[in-house]
Amino acid sequence: MTETTDIASQIQQTITANDVVLYMKGTKEMPQCGFSSRVAGVLNYMGVNFADVNVLADDSIRQGIKDFSDWPTVPQLYVKGEFVGGCDIITEMTLSGELDTLFDENGVAYDKDAANKIREANG
Amino acid sequence: MSRQIEEGAANFLPQKSEMNVTETIRTRLEAAFSPDALEVVDDSESHRGHAGFREGGESHFNVMIRAEAFKGQSRIAQHRAVHAALGPELVSSIHALSLDIGA
Repeated sequence: MTETTDIASQIQQTITANDVVLYMKGTKEMPQCGFSSRVAGVLNYMGVNFADVNVLADDSIRQGIKDFSDWPTVPQLYVKGEFVGGCDIITEMTLSGELDTLFDENGVAYDKDAANKIREANG
Repeated sequence: MSRQIEEGAANFLPQKSEMNVTETIRTRLEAAFSPDALEVVDDSESHRGHAGFREGGESHFNVMIRAEAFKGQSRIAQHRAVHAALGPELVSSIHALSLDIGA
């Protein structure tokens, strides 16, 4: 097996084993980029249990996740093995309530009141 | 010989002004989508001191685009279409590209 397929299968394994995965720069406790910080902050605030993968810790994952998703930027959010989007899309979906719906449909637990508070604060 | 010609021409002809990144983004998006509305803002200065900032700007861009072409597309498809229109080189050379896309 080539290295590329190794990385792809590693990513596949991660997004299959965890309902919600955020590929990000830094960690959810200590994000290293404003855009990663925004998405991790939303998930934290909504009390979502998610796995974080720090792409800065591994160059092969940093490039690998871009190839895997066919998406040029990080952060990248996966829910139930499906790519949801990056910072702009997650921001829009948070404000529109689509993120709540996505979590509802996929049985992902979150704090609805917290989600509403984010919307009120940015209304 | 040909090298001399090139140098001779380069010395003789006025230097072509290179498009800056803002203009390049605008030109490529206009060509691809004929947008009803398009705003391209170089937001680099507001990221001074943050990751990815470089002197001279052209590292952080905010783009707002409205075009019929995006109608009925998923958000992911809309973003991918914009990425494709800009081209992988440009997209990877920009540290941060914030997209607001709509029909």
